[in-house]
Amino acid sequence: MNDMVLSPEQRAEKLEGIGCKRKRVEDVRFVQGKGNYVDDLKLPGMLYGDLVRSPYAHARIKKIDTSKALAVPGVLAVLTAETLKTVNLAWMPTLAGDVQMVLADGKVLFQNQEVAFVVATDRYAAADGAEAVDVDYEALPVNVDPLKAMAPDAPVIREDLKDKTDGAHGKRKHYNHIFNWQAGDEAATAAAFRKAEVTIKQFIAYPRVHPCPLETCQCVASFDKIKGELTLWGTFQAPHVIRTVGSLISKIPEHKIHVISPDIGGGFGNKVGAYPGYICAIVASIVTGQPVKWVEDRIENLTTTAFARDFHMTAEIAATKDGKLTALRIYTIADHGAFDACANATKWPAGLFSIATGSYDFPVAHVSVDGVYTNKAPGGVAYRCSFRITEAAYCIERAMDIMAQKLGMDPAEFRMKNLIRREQFPYASALGWQYDSGDYQTALKKAMDSVGYAKLRAEQKTKQEAFKRGETRELMGVGVAFFTEIVGAGPSRACDILGIAMFDSAEIRIHPTGSGICRLGTKSTGQGHETTYAQIIATELGLAADNIAVEEGNTDTAPYGLGTYGSRSTPVSGAATAMACRKIKAKAQMIAAFMLEVHDDDLEWDVDRFRVKGNPERFKTMTELAWAAYNKVPPGMEPGLEAVNYYDPPNMTFPFGAYISVVDVDVDTGETKIRRFYALDDCGTRINPMIIEGQIHGGLTEAFAIAMGQEMHYDDDGNVTTASLLDYFLPTAVETPKWETDWTTTPSPHHPIGAKGVGESPNVGGVPCFANAVNDAFKFLGSTHIPMPHDHWRTWEAADKLGLHT
Amino acid sequence: MATVQISLQVNGKAVVAAVEPRALLIHFLREELSLTGPHIGCDTSHCGACTVDLNGKSVKSCTMFAVQADGAKVITIEGIAAPDGTLHALQEGFRQMHGLQCGYCTPGMITRAYRLLQENPKPTEAEIRAGIAGNLCRCTGYQNIVKAIQYAAAKIAGVPFQEAAE
Repeated sequence: MNDMVLSPEQRAEKLEGIGCKRKRVEDVRFVQGKGNYVDDLKLPGMLYGDLVRSPYAHARIKKIDTSKALAVPGVLAVLTAETLKTVNLAWMPTLAGDVQMVLADGKVLFQNQEVAFVVATDRYAAADGAEAVDVDYEALPVNVDPLKAMAPDAPVIREDLKDKTDGAHGKRKHYNHIFNWQAGDEAATAAAFRKAEVTIKQFIAYPRVHPCPLETCQCVASFDKIKGELTLWGTFQAPHVIRTVGSLISKIPEHKIHVISPDIGGGFGNKVGAYPGYICAIVASIVTGQPVKWVEDRIENLTTTAFARDFHMTAEIAATKDGKLTALRIYTIADHGAFDACANATKWPAGLFSIATGSYDFPVAHVSVDGVYTNKAPGGVAYRCSFRITEAAYCIERAMDIMAQKLGMDPAEFRMKNLIRREQFPYASALGWQYDSGDYQTALKKAMDSVGYAKLRAEQKTKQEAFKRGETRELMGVGVAFFTEIVGAGPSRACDILGIAMFDSAEIRIHPTGSGICRLGTKSTGQGHETTYAQIIATELGLAADNIAVEEGNTDTAPYGLGTYGSRSTPVSGAATAMACRKIKAKAQMIAAFMLEVHDDDLEWDVDRFRVKGNPERFKTMTELAWAAYNKVPPGMEPGLEAVNYYDPPNMTFPFGAYISVVDVDVDTGETKIRRFYALDDCGTRINPMIIEGQIHGGLTEAFAIAMGQEMHYDDDGNVTTASLLDYFLPTAVETPKWETDWTTTPSPHHPIGAKGVGESPNVGGVPCFANAVNDAFKFLGSTHIPMPHDHWRTWEAADKLGLHT
Repeated sequence: MATVQISLQVNGKAVVAAVEPRALLIHFLREELSLTGPHIGCDTSHCGACTVDLNGKSVKSCTMFAVQADGAKVITIEGIAAPDGTLHALQEGFRQMHGLQCGYCTPGMITRAYRLLQENPKPTEAEIRAGIAGNLCRCTGYQNIVKAIQYAAAKIAGVPFQEAAE
């Protein structure tokens, strides 16, 4: 290669840096079946654990008889709460400041709760052993309805907290109450509603769903008695947090715990938390002195680890007669299940729900959230969204449609009128956020033009008239959603997890030959970090992305970080990567100046080299400088070329987007067909457009699943009726719509490369877009709100309630 | 527990093994033969992560006993590339078209598509979507998987495939 003859553009292209549709590095192993997932791990002498789980949603445990289980060939031990008490591990702290039973202590509080842990020589023997454990239960009254949780005669879920008037987040007003959290100005909002010309009020429930990654949660714990060290391989989206929490719980010094997240088969929030199975595997390894593997099956995954949503919101909007928004008020009851194991930044028990004013210029607003205990599984994770953002987006976007309907305005026109204007950024929202950047009107207009919005509305009108004349049984709905996300948690002044500030990190070492390695505190679960972080480095340092290895997930080698969720990898670790690069580049510049015998300031950067200003033939490439860093640094300078950066973001980032969908509904069968789905996303600077589009396709598909069919459903006795993939909806290639994607680019002003994060936007914007489309189809018949999920049965039922089947 | 002897061919190699009658084929492949490409995603044959090729048919190896594979010819993702290591057109297509993200469904998906393209070398988009309906992916939304399979079909047929990954 002769660099001399290549133009700067050609040299930049060869780097495969920011903006390149670079093919993924990880794929080479995955397409050959050579990924390395937790269950692939096989260690000498490895044992298997299996959990005995409660068939009851609420019951007292009268007796646990393990004798038959211990007689099963291959079974070595059975752990119960009594065993765990001897090491003070019968209960564990949760990320939300509550405590959770590791194994049932006295009673069970939800169906499939962990009761005993059987350790055996292979997974079949462990399952046999679990089957043979005899548990005597005495059933108790069950409550699975969050709206009844604070009734005077509601069953007491948490006897351990019954008399405590203070919780982790302030005063409790009932024995099943966890917290009340508020944002905004309550009095000013009430005043605005009193003066309002037009108001709407709507109960909007977002059902309980589950992230359901294809790989379940699993781990292998291996305790070395000689060294007193624990190695824990697991499906952890946040390995460092697991190490710190593990050390605090087990009292094993943190430097003697090695947490390793190998390849992870999808996370979507499911793999943020710490689960009883992990603790049991660790204790079992300590007890037996052998490695212990624990792998959830699908039913265990769906019913016990990390549900999402279960937010029951009452939204009110006030506006003027001509459609100008004047106030927003939302009251929410949040069902957290039997333990508050919600994965939020610790000071935010309702997550970042105060993004609920969305993309609109509300002068005042107030939100209030009450968390409650029920006889349902614990969790409350952000299923492909930042903390509680999708709940907020669904609520405001549905409410906006309902207000538009009341005003007799088109939903897109109503939004356009109230969107925050470009010149208002940075924008201080009524609920306390400062939105970094946006150009909302441009995005919405581009979306409307791209789909031919006016034409779609004209077609819809024609169809509605034909329907009224009895010429068709098909309705057409057009769904509009405009969302603003809040991601990249976060500034340490606002966000921490159990006291650890939510910064993130990157450590880069450039080797003498000009290749290098970057290690980070985040952890890819399919986002392609090995590919994209290298692209940031390629552009920042002028070294080919192919020459940069990216490593995550090993707490011994990676710098400390809070992990991957809430679209924080690019906003936080991506920034750390760029900042570490800049430290390296500054040192390289000094070396170049020394070698070229000029002053630092006489040099300028040119794609992959420093050159002398006004004399471009005199230059040193980054590859040459890497070599020089190890043999001819200026006097007094340390050799080597590496840097670490811990990035504490000054603000969150606020990706946004405009989505429009078209749905056709058969009123006699309730079947829906997504005719079109157009998604315009603005995630700021685009690092790898191919990966961005892939993230959007995937997020939209999960939004489709949630809006059109997913629900973790409990019957009145607390039985989960959607416990396997037979009943829990995961779309196949057949029903998944085709996606049309588009973008605008409004860089974040405070991020070193202007990137905002994208993986979760499509879920946040997608869910209300589908829901608004289905609702829009029925709107002209007087319907205002049909609850999710919009499966065929519920859609048929909505048509039936409107008298369309008589 | 008593074991039963089985003989089968896996990725072109003869295998003789003693297995528990209740051992599932997926566990036999993964744990006895260390072929960890096929994965377990649901235990109920819905997700297809465990798909292998057995006697010229796609089967879900989590819902089949190893003893039922006695005498069978089994191909897993590890046996899809050429013996010299050259990737199969599908493996290449999945990378070129960004048909995977976390990679967990990928071995089953490629193994299923491997059979699909032999059953129907020139599938339409609808036929591809129906043909992989037994394999779930949580990451990609399928659009680029469809393109990856189209890419491979074109490559195998020796015709150009122009479309880029979105």
